[in-house]
Amino acid sequence: MSIEVRNISKRFGDFVAVDDVSLEIPDGSLTAVLGPSGSGKSTLLRIIAGLERPDSGEVLLSGKDATDLAPQRRDVGFVFQHYAAFKHMTVRDNIAFALTVRKRPKHEIRARVDELLELVQLQGYADRYPSKLSGGQRQRMALARALAAKPRVLLLDEPFGALDARVRAELRDWLRRLHAEVHVTTVFVTHDQEEAMEVADRVAVLNQGRLEQVGGPAELYDRPASEFVLRFLGDAFKLGDGFVRPHEITLRRLPSDDAVEVRIERLVVVGADMRIELVDGSGERMTARLRRDDVEDLELTPGEIVWATPEQSRCVLAP
Amino acid sequence: MPRKLGLRGIALGYLVVVLLAPLVMVFYRTFQAGLHPIWAALSDPNTVHAFKVTLIAAAIAVPLNTLFGVLCGLAIVRRRFPGKGLLNAFIDLPLAVSPVVIGLCLYLLYGRDGWFGSWFLGHGIQILFALPSIVLATVFVSVPFVAREVIPTLRELGTEQEQAAATLGATGWQRFWRITLPSIRWAVIYGVVLTTARCLGEYGAVAMVSGGVLGKTQTAPLLVDNYMNNFNTTGAYAASLVLALIAVVVLVAMTLVKPREST
Repeated sequence: MSIEVRNISKRFGDFVAVDDVSLEIPDGSLTAVLGPSGSGKSTLLRIIAGLERPDSGEVLLSGKDATDLAPQRRDVGFVFQHYAAFKHMTVRDNIAFALTVRKRPKHEIRARVDELLELVQLQGYADRYPSKLSGGQRQRMALARALAAKPRVLLLDEPFGALDARVRAELRDWLRRLHAEVHVTTVFVTHDQEEAMEVADRVAVLNQGRLEQVGGPAELYDRPASEFVLRFLGDAFKLGDGFVRPHEITLRRLPSDDAVEVRIERLVVVGADMRIELVDGSGERMTARLRRDDVEDLELTPGEIVWATPEQSRCVLAP
Repeated sequence: MPRKLGLRGIALGYLVVVLLAPLVMVFYRTFQAGLHPIWAALSDPNTVHAFKVTLIAAAIAVPLNTLFGVLCGLAIVRRRFPGKGLLNAFIDLPLAVSPVVIGLCLYLLYGRDGWFGSWFLGHGIQILFALPSIVLATVFVSVPFVAREVIPTLRELGTEQEQAAATLGATGWQRFWRITLPSIRWAVIYGVVLTTARCLGEYGAVAMVSGGVLGKTQTAPLLVDNYMNNFNTTGAYAASLVLALIAVVVLVAMTLVKPREST
């Protein structure tokens, strides 16, 4: 099911959470809504789900106006950051909930829940209560619960935000695979640009309630529409008249036309790379990221003056 | 360690002196005269009638205040409306005001010259000195308990589970029965227990409005007082014993039913 929001605005008291946002989400896509906290990304998702009413604007599901539709009639699956597990129900009853309230026959519910338990790898946990599950298991249960009634849209609100890094990476992978399998239109909200770039095939960047840019991960990274997008998608520094990212800086011993004179402040080993903290004549700080071999070849030491050149492939602000 | 023991000693000693000693005394005094007089006192028609009146009043007040308490809790925690703070404060009124004063208010309201009393009398309905006034007084004094238990639990529960249920297709009614109510059930049960205890024990307000006619408008606590004043000590002890036993049974039952780790 495709989703379209048109000129959506929402304020809470004096705070403008969403400011005139229009966004189209094609059927079957996996879209990330990315932004810092307070950018309105969760509010936007909750408006799509019907959990929040917009002050103005429209929500269209499959091209039909759903702005005034109650959440239980929107046919969406929603996954909350803190799981929203039904604490008084077993894992099985949690997952079965959407089918139970639809009064489906018992054997059908049982079969579907078994199928979902397998999908989220919780087969042995059907009769446990959520309090006896780990965070990752709870979130997988919440995902299975959201998928039970085969929703046309899956909405995830910072789904991995409360989990530790390893589990988060696992679930990201898993979500990607799930989407490849089920192909349900999926929108997930995150403040983690790496997560958005890694998982989604489209990313919408929000800042202070406004939509900054929508596009594929590569497009956003290479041709950011604004300085905000440029900086939010990864470290970026002003070098000469343009912006560069750490790995796009080349350091040389000799000056050249487009090179800028910089002083080395600090060298930090990061795995196979070396992070080099630099400062230019005007006090602008930047970080270069080079392979350790290259740094050793150059024999760089802190306090030295070198020449920094932006690589050709550097990102450009879209006009 | 000795300091801890000292603290525990003080707490326990206080409970023994204040709570346990009077209870033990009632048991002891009741059985002092043997079982036969107890049975005679308890099977006295006046005693039976008084307990019946008390139970009827409780049977009406408890469901009524349970329903009110849950609805009121939901309204206060989940809705915004003018006068919400006032409502929240008013729930506690029966706890703040002496039951005798409540009784007096009812007396004035439903008496011959009261606002409601004259209307009811005009329609041939006797409120004062009859069962309705006993029920009214009992309902009044037992208003706060369910609401007071439910409100903090609802606050702690939040709305996320209900929102999740909504996105999963549950209607408002289904969300209440399947999510909200099961989540607050221990608070409701505890509130019901407290309400019941209050209803069974109410004295002051009922004494003001019931008239206390033996065998007619007498409740169990009034009966104890009546028996004491008329030197029927065995009757008074026996009736007290039954009231105390009901309370103990209810409290023990609740502790047994309540899960080890409450949410």
